[in-house]
Amino acid sequence: MSNPTRIRATAKDGLTEVRLMMQHEMENGRRKDEAGNLVPAWYITDMQVKHQGRTVLSGQFGTSVSKNPYLIFRFQGGNKGERVSVAWTDNRGDSREDQTVID
Amino acid sequence: MHASSEMADLQRRSLLKTAGGLGLVGLFATLGLFPASASAEELKRTVFDTKNLDEALDALGGFLAEQSSLVGLTAPDVAENGALVPVTIETSLAGVSQISILVDKNPTMLVANFTIPSGTPAFLTTRIRMAQTSSVIVLVKAGGKFYRAGKEVKVNQGGC
Repeated sequence: MSNPTRIRATAKDGLTEVRLMMQHEMENGRRKDEAGNLVPAWYITDMQVKHQGRTVLSGQFGTSVSKNPYLIFRFQGGNKGERVSVAWTDNRGDSREDQTVID
Repeated sequence: MHASSEMADLQRRSLLKTAGGLGLVGLFATLGLFPASASAEELKRTVFDTKNLDEALDALGGFLAEQSSLVGLTAPDVAENGALVPVTIETSLAGVSQISILVDKNPTMLVANFTIPSGTPAFLTTRIRMAQTSSVIVLVKAGGKFYRAGKEVKVNQGGC
């Protein structure tokens, strides 16, 4: 079971700033465990941020995005109380979507 | 010139024209690269499998991207920990539809590729992994054209 993405969305001066941290190991397939075995690659491949259902950012990730992917960006518009959601899918087919309201 | 018939990408064509076509068509054919998408559609995952920077840039569509001082890339001069290198990209170029982050000396050069819809300013901050000291390159597609900027980041402890 994956853990929820932490999202903070703040409306200011006609823009909404989104700060988010997805909870994911982002294993790049080159790390060895204590026993010396390669840990298979396990990482987020796609993510999407939506404001009231409209996509405001989408991204494709490789294995060089840091553990617990972190992003800050802004989109035009957005009012207090409106929904911002973050969805991701990983290379094992696991996925989740979390949301917050703009403050 | 049968290869060019497969290249539906108008920008690629105009680039080929300006760059003396045949030589580059031959080059792309030998590299076995696919034409870049002309739209802001998601790129094929194979862009992450490219084995050198030129291949990666080409797969993203930005093989002939011009260096631009309008593309701002903020990254530390020295990263103590290559597992967590903060990067910020910001540009005043209009009509940005794609932002890609690459690390020249990582086993996988392409770190991330973002699609920027209208209404989203060209600004983002994220954290990337760096295996060793390398240049970080940002490729920006704006108004259908490609621009790039780079910065050398010294890595004390590799994070790949």
